[in-house]
Amino acid sequence: MVIASRDPFESRDVDQLYDLAAGIVREGNEVTVFLVQNGVLPARFGARSEGLTKLSARGVKVLADEFSLRERAIGGDQLVSGVTPSPLDVIVDHLAAGGKALWH
Amino acid sequence: MATTITFALMDPPYESARSTTAFRLIDIAARRGYNVNVFAYEGAVATPFAQQKAHPNAVHGRDAAQENHPLPKDWVAALMQAAAQNGGKLDWVNCGLCVDERGVAEVIEGVRRGTPGDLWRMASESQGTLIIGTR
Repeated sequence: MVIASRDPFESRDVDQLYDLAAGIVREGNEVTVFLVQNGVLPARFGARSEGLTKLSARGVKVLADEFSLRERAIGGDQLVSGVTPSPLDVIVDHLAAGGKALWH
Repeated sequence: MATTITFALMDPPYESARSTTAFRLIDIAARRGYNVNVFAYEGAVATPFAQQKAHPNAVHGRDAAQENHPLPKDWVAALMQAAAQNGGKLDWVNCGLCVDERGVAEVIEGVRRGTPGDLWRMASESQGTLIIGTR
């Protein structure tokens, strides 16, 4: 799991994080990108969201923290295709199951 | 075997949304009855600092009680209590060198002093570990 907390409008390295996730899938692995804090901002339709759309099309599961979305008044109907609202519990589930997680 | 999760935190209190997210993650795990390890280093060692004090807000004309200023040390204590109530434990270790640099050795009950070696041991004994570093 890759946890994306940064806003791509502010941090250019977000694109590199997306590339990392795409590469993990390209190598035959499964990966989830979990958007949290300002990392949810590109999940809005039209807001530099093409990176997330491409990730989803390549087989990367993309989740967005429900609380972070609510904090920023981003409704479910504003999300780009391929991004699914999710509780933060998913990260704890992943860690408890022995999964690896990278915070960015 | 009980489920154990380790978090490493680096941000000082009051500075970053990362601290809030970390508290949310710890809260979820604690309420599930998991054992939760926290290794706090750099500015995060001030999170359970016992001398944090609520203050009034003169600009808005409110006293300390009315202001009800949140104190991270109280949140750490509440998380420890939540873990215990649900059959788990929150083991919070502050990096000793980081504590000495900042003069924040006086911490709430339940917080202990350690070294980066503790983080290695915690991670070795956990199902999962998440390092939340400062950018």
